[in-house]
Amino acid sequence: MSCACEIDMSLAGGVLDSMEEKRRGEGRSVTTQDLIPLLQEVQAAYGYLPPPVLVWISEQTGIPTSRMYGVITFYSQFYLEPHGRHTIRCCQGTACHVKGSKRIGEAIKQELDIEEGGTTDDMRYTFEAVACLGTCFLAPVIMIDNDYYGQLTSNKIPAILASYD
Amino acid sequence: MIPANEVRRGKNVDTITLTIDGSELNAEPGQTIIQVAEANGIEIPRLCHDPRLTPTGACRLCLVEIEGQRGLHTACTRVAEPGMDVRTSTNEIRETRKTIIELLLSEHDPRCTTCDKDGDCLLQDYAYEYQIDETRFPSIPTHAGANYTAGNSAMRYDAAKCVRCMRCVKICAEVQGVEALTLRDRAGSVAVTTGFDTPLYDSPCEVCGQCVSACPTAALYETAAAGQGKAKDLVKTRTTCPYCGVGCQLDLNVNVATGRIVRVTSSPGVVPNDGNACVKGRFGMDFVGKEDRLTQPLIKEDGAFRTATWDEALDLVATRFTEMKKQHGPDALAGLSSAKTTNEDNYVMQKLVRAVFGTNNVDHCARLCHASTVAGLARAFGSGAMTNSIEELRRTPLVFVIGSNTTECHPVIGILIRQAVAAGDTTLVVADPRKISLTDIACCHLRHRPGTDVTLINAMIHAIIEEGLEDKAFIEERTEDFEAVREAVAECSPEEAAKITGVDADDIRRAACLYAQAPSASIVYSMGITQHSTGTDNVLSLANLAMVTGNVGKECAGVNPLRGQNNVQGACDLGALPNVYSGYQKVDDPDIHAKFEKAWNAKLDDKAGLTVVEIMNAAAQKQVRGLYIMGENPMISDPDINHVREALEALDFLVVQDIFLTETAELADVVLPARSFAEKDGTFTNTERRVQRVRQAVAPPGDARDDWSIVCDVATRMGYAMSYKDASAIQDEIAALTPIYGGITYDRIADVGLQWPCPDSGHPGTQFLHEGAFKRGKGKFHPVRFLPPKEMPDDEYPFVLTTGRLLQHWHTGTMTRRCEVLDDLVPHGTLELNPADAEKLDVAPGSTVSVRSRRGRITLPANVTERVGPGTVFLTFHFKEHPANALTIAALDPIAKIPEFKVCAVRIEKVG
Repeated sequence: MSCACEIDMSLAGGVLDSMEEKRRGEGRSVTTQDLIPLLQEVQAAYGYLPPPVLVWISEQTGIPTSRMYGVITFYSQFYLEPHGRHTIRCCQGTACHVKGSKRIGEAIKQELDIEEGGTTDDMRYTFEAVACLGTCFLAPVIMIDNDYYGQLTSNKIPAILASYD
Repeated sequence: MIPANEVRRGKNVDTITLTIDGSELNAEPGQTIIQVAEANGIEIPRLCHDPRLTPTGACRLCLVEIEGQRGLHTACTRVAEPGMDVRTSTNEIRETRKTIIELLLSEHDPRCTTCDKDGDCLLQDYAYEYQIDETRFPSIPTHAGANYTAGNSAMRYDAAKCVRCMRCVKICAEVQGVEALTLRDRAGSVAVTTGFDTPLYDSPCEVCGQCVSACPTAALYETAAAGQGKAKDLVKTRTTCPYCGVGCQLDLNVNVATGRIVRVTSSPGVVPNDGNACVKGRFGMDFVGKEDRLTQPLIKEDGAFRTATWDEALDLVATRFTEMKKQHGPDALAGLSSAKTTNEDNYVMQKLVRAVFGTNNVDHCARLCHASTVAGLARAFGSGAMTNSIEELRRTPLVFVIGSNTTECHPVIGILIRQAVAAGDTTLVVADPRKISLTDIACCHLRHRPGTDVTLINAMIHAIIEEGLEDKAFIEERTEDFEAVREAVAECSPEEAAKITGVDADDIRRAACLYAQAPSASIVYSMGITQHSTGTDNVLSLANLAMVTGNVGKECAGVNPLRGQNNVQGACDLGALPNVYSGYQKVDDPDIHAKFEKAWNAKLDDKAGLTVVEIMNAAAQKQVRGLYIMGENPMISDPDINHVREALEALDFLVVQDIFLTETAELADVVLPARSFAEKDGTFTNTERRVQRVRQAVAPPGDARDDWSIVCDVATRMGYAMSYKDASAIQDEIAALTPIYGGITYDRIADVGLQWPCPDSGHPGTQFLHEGAFKRGKGKFHPVRFLPPKEMPDDEYPFVLTTGRLLQHWHTGTMTRRCEVLDDLVPHGTLELNPADAEKLDVAPGSTVSVRSRRGRITLPANVTERVGPGTVFLTFHFKEHPANALTIAALDPIAKIPEFKVCAVRIEKVG
């Protein structure tokens, strides 16, 4: 668990303030039913979910930390450890597999010098293999953040990776 | 689903009919198939179902067939419908269940050979019943992850034995209202844990052990039970918890070979706790088997104790008391009875004092907790007990808690209130100078200054009258003297009250309106109301509030004092009070006096005797010379203990009868070893007036004896023959002489206790009091005006000290300080101090401070917390190392003679 003193709590304060304002408009306060959007916004602000921030939010909202932890560990979209600025998701579905997704993954690992699930030392990229991105017509395919790159060959990888900072 | 209580209340009474396994059965609408089956003795296997929880449908073992519907359905989630034809045990179902159990076991490490739960494990039972093949599926190793229970003294979690049924997670959330637990991860790596794997004792966990009790396997188990005996070899004895006044029915699981209590369980469905228990009930029984229990009588010679035979000790006691009575008269003797011992023990003790000593100088620690309740409610209503039943709080539209830290001091009632609020059935208003767990869920927290209760309540009544919300018909028909109260509250507007109480006038108005406008409202209070020099006034003003709004004399509406000790209600009921015999029959009533003289064949005193604090004062002045204390520890529990010590040391002869050598016993001339609750038969009466059985589960240590039998021997040796065959025979004598207990026999209360008044053997007991008419006829309004506490802060002693209790400890700590888990959880006291005050005094959190009053000084660590407001500090009185009662003031309520534990002035200084 990171030390609370290194974390800028004002980011979380901002997230909570804006969500509370929205909920006030609906005539209620932030409760457990807002947990997932709340976690998404906190993660957008910090790049991951620092537990001390979540403990603070729990104290402010009354959402139990147990509820947060259950949800965070259930969904693969949430990270409790610092995460790369960009996330590469390499599809391993059937169509991509047949079309050589394995070679694509190897090229990424080689280019970034990291293993699957790892993050580059400069915190630029985190690389994940995922079950299916649902775009088989683009096979083999990867996503970087919200961008799709389809019909890939391994030699296109270096240029794509170079285009993110 | 319709909540069970709605069904009980008689709503939706139209039953439906369905068929299960060929039998036509009636069901209440909203019942699930498994509930209907269970109610009719049809067993459907289940791991995740618990009657106290919402359906989960996780384990899939309760699959059943429904005629005309495809596939199998989970009986725990499926609501019964009219005409349904359900089969619970066809070949197809059995094959499916068998496969499910085999799959569960592939993720489970079946180490039944070394498992403590062997013999009490549903998975083991079903594996046997379905004759499963343990090798059919390959064993999947459990993912080792952080274990939130590592190293704690109360409980352990073993993921390899976990079937992920979620009972523990759900009981923590739905029943306990804490939500400390969750499931981590997905699929094969799912495990139970806390938020961010925080160690259990650092999490919000209250260590109630509800999770352990709900676990269908041995994934969760008590640390101390490991290796102490397999479940199948343990003998369960149902008895009543010896801690607070809730009176939880607990099963002591005893290893007969070792004579030890291995674990404590309870059963869903039992009254009043429905299988629930708190940290003390579940983890606070190891005091029973401690090595330092008293096992032999002790006689003090030349300032040191030596062991003695019973004959020797009893002769000495009888001789000395007889001599003193002859020399100084009956009133030179006194007895302190005990709210921890049984009704039978109390009855016999007060009989000894009255019939043998010849005085009414008998009292007990109720004087220190609810004497003002007994006095106040008797004046207003005619009866000084809780008007309603515990179970009603689960369905009371508005609960007004004032001066009760319910979740810590009466934990199982506390969780009932939490459940009612969580379900949206109850609006909660809390008035307390401190922030407590209940204030988190209250819609309104009135944080009044300690000792300003009368003003707060008068202002609420003022607001109610101002808004025209009083119940005019009720006031007219059922009460008298309302005008006097109307006049008394006229000057106490919420704005005026705000100046005295520190509570915003609008908040007072809001709380008053919520209370008055609720369809029915109950007041729940405890020592925050009673332990003041104005305790009786406080109680009277609550009675006024209830009567103004007609909130008394009906279901889910009343005035409910939560009694502290396990048997403080019973000790009062049985006449361990200086002014009444059993059943509140007055000693100065000639008819009653004659009745008892005849029944006991003894000359009795017809004037009231001395109360606890008066006995101590009389001892200091040599008016009382001989004192017999049974199961009380005034050296920790009474106010101003330096004065108590002087008084006890001034006595010519002190006898203390207890289970340990307490701080008080150390001062005694003779110490008599008694049996603990687990070693005796008898009855306790809980806070809702329910007389419940206490049953012997283990053998007493050494020569320890039943309290009543020791007292009988003292009486006999003093020349008044007293003996009973057993505790039940005493109860029969009680019933014959005590109208409110007239119908109570051990046979009738074998399964469920009866609530007094229960005048005859056909009477079903009384769920709530004052229906139709008050016990005294008309409810009497008493005008009450604010009087400040006796000792207010000044320049020299600038802080208000208020005292109270903790969840994890009990009173003088004689029992709980000896319990491993409880003393590990809270090994010492702390002084709660507001951060603003801490800054002014330059006190860092955890650093040692000195607390000084005009009567004494203690030092202990500071707990810097917002729980107390600025200018107020809080201490618990459990810890002999820094006893809060070295500081408190023995200022007494003029009517009830209860001391003002809740307010005195102190000075705080940084140490070192």
